[in-house]
Amino acid sequence: MHEQGDASDERSLVSNRTMEIVVALLLLAVSAIIISDSLRLGIGWAEGEGPRAGYFPFYIAVVLGSASISILVKAVLAKSEGLSESFVSRTSFGRVLTVLIPAIGYVGAVQFIGFYAASAGFLVLFMIFVGGESVLRSICVALGVPIFFFFMFEKWFLVPLPKGPIEALLGY
Amino acid sequence: MEEIASLMQGFGVALTPYNLALMFIGIVLGVIIGVLPGLGGANGVAILLPLTFTMPPTSAIIMLSCIYWGALFGGAITSILFNIPGEPWSVATTFDGHPMARKGNADEALTAAFTSSFVGAFVAVVVITFLAPIIARFALKFGPAEFFSVFFLTFASFVGMGRGSASKTIAAMALGFALAAVGMDGVTGQLRMTFGYDQLLGGFDFLIAVIGLFGIGEILSSMEDGLKFHGSEAKLRLSVVLTTWKKLLAYWKTSIRSCIIGCWMGITPGGATPASFMSYGIAKRMSPRGDNFGKGEIEGVVAPETAAHAAGTSALLPMLTLGIPGSPTAAVLLGGLLIWGLQPGPLLFVEQKEFVWGLIASMYLGNIVGLIVVLTCVPMFAAILRIPFSIIAPVILVICAIGAYTVNNNMFDVWMMLVFGVIGYVFNKLQYPLAPLVLAIVLGDKAEEAFRQSMLLSQGSLSIFWANPLVASIMSLGLVMVLWPLASAIKTRFGQARSAPAA
Repeated sequence: MHEQGDASDERSLVSNRTMEIVVALLLLAVSAIIISDSLRLGIGWAEGEGPRAGYFPFYIAVVLGSASISILVKAVLAKSEGLSESFVSRTSFGRVLTVLIPAIGYVGAVQFIGFYAASAGFLVLFMIFVGGESVLRSICVALGVPIFFFFMFEKWFLVPLPKGPIEALLGY
Repeated sequence: MEEIASLMQGFGVALTPYNLALMFIGIVLGVIIGVLPGLGGANGVAILLPLTFTMPPTSAIIMLSCIYWGALFGGAITSILFNIPGEPWSVATTFDGHPMARKGNADEALTAAFTSSFVGAFVAVVVITFLAPIIARFALKFGPAEFFSVFFLTFASFVGMGRGSASKTIAAMALGFALAAVGMDGVTGQLRMTFGYDQLLGGFDFLIAVIGLFGIGEILSSMEDGLKFHGSEAKLRLSVVLTTWKKLLAYWKTSIRSCIIGCWMGITPGGATPASFMSYGIAKRMSPRGDNFGKGEIEGVVAPETAAHAAGTSALLPMLTLGIPGSPTAAVLLGGLLIWGLQPGPLLFVEQKEFVWGLIASMYLGNIVGLIVVLTCVPMFAAILRIPFSIIAPVILVICAIGAYTVNNNMFDVWMMLVFGVIGYVFNKLQYPLAPLVLAIVLGDKAEEAFRQSMLLSQGSLSIFWANPLVASIMSLGLVMVLWPLASAIKTRFGQARSAPAA
């Protein structure tokens, strides 16, 4: 997994300042959603019941909103060194995606073919294509790990995991 | 000495062959979890929690707490040998531990780290043994207002003692409270923030958040630099262990100071991570050899390790006595108590004597077992790290997915785990603290309940939080904590303004 020290590879994808602003805006949006839902539930006092259901979330959302505004203002105005630094470079982000995208595919596959088969498939594909491991080694790990977990969960601890057509063929 | 008698009974409970075996398994699993990137105390325990549902609660908590001790020990191995802190609280251990290993004194550094960890944990357990029953007895008289004030202090401490930006701590915490509020409102039965999605009825499970934020988030961060391990061989010879122990005696002052810092930070939920940094910083300032810190000074290993373990252990004190965990891992253990049908809080000491004292006794035994295991098995654990990351990363991902699924047997949770993973990755990079976020998800409902009950009692007046000296002093302490960052910001600005004309 040796990367070339090429300058273009290390180009920044997004700066810390941009990410700070994006996250603060997202938090602000979350706060707005909570406030609107709290207003629907009522934020006042119900006679004989105490504060209404929206009371506590409302004030939490106000706190969240003010904190995110303060982060936002700081991110926009402050001149500190760290803010103009890179949040993530293109290569690093690429590496992160090489885990994240297969992981999403894996969780999707679990729903159709069950945990054990999906895990075996994910492990072997990831190790060969992302990790660059030898095929033999990958297959050994990809078979060994699910089989170990099968015995651990289905036999010893009696915690059933979702199973698909392959396990059905084997009689489970 | 009622406590001693109870403790002896506790040893009777813990010292069965079955429980001793679980202790051993727990420690070994814990060290492995602590050594592997992407698995840590909190999410490791969260993943294994569903496996303990069928065990008797006392045995289950013994095993899970031993995983926690193991993880605390394991963090030191990677920091010293590979300069990779397996856990956030072992970051400070790398400062001097790794330089020592590079100079060829890895065995000395490891012995110092393990022994200090043991000392820190042991002192904290003694504190728990004698302080917990007193606090629990005291807390039996707590009303909702007192409980709310303790919750308030808990979260205020994160703001006051956090190392980063106060707004970010507050934002992370508020986000946690907001996530906790999702679902059915316990008092009125109304649905909050579900927006018609049935999956959200039960709210967000914090175990999923822990697995995602800490597990998946860390895998994503580690992938960034295509993690490569290049560590030194590790062997521990008995002779080195003994000579190091002799050396360590000279640092008794550092040890005592670090224990105090650790216990204090663990009970008030500052947590193990700031405790280790604070202890390292103070030791550096106080030590006559302070200038050598960072170049491989044994005292620089002793200070953070002692404090981290003392904090990690004493974080269980508020969890047991008040039902308020001092760290994310303690929060996960608290989740376990609820699942096994035990209500954490002061009543635990009255109604579940056998469980509580069994657990406390197991802390003594677990740490002794732990010390022996790590001192003898270091080469084995270090070998785990020579497995390439391209194999470890996908296997850990699979383990996390299984862990997330088994919490509620629910696929939606596995998707949520991935979402929390991305949040964890981004928050980590932007230095939003994760511990207050997790604790807010755990404690959100209880804090809200305590608040609403207090409001009912006082008919909506906030004066109930200053109604008696106890609640008033806890609330005031909390306010001081919240306002602390503001005050210090003003002070720095004022200081700058004064020095500006002189310059």
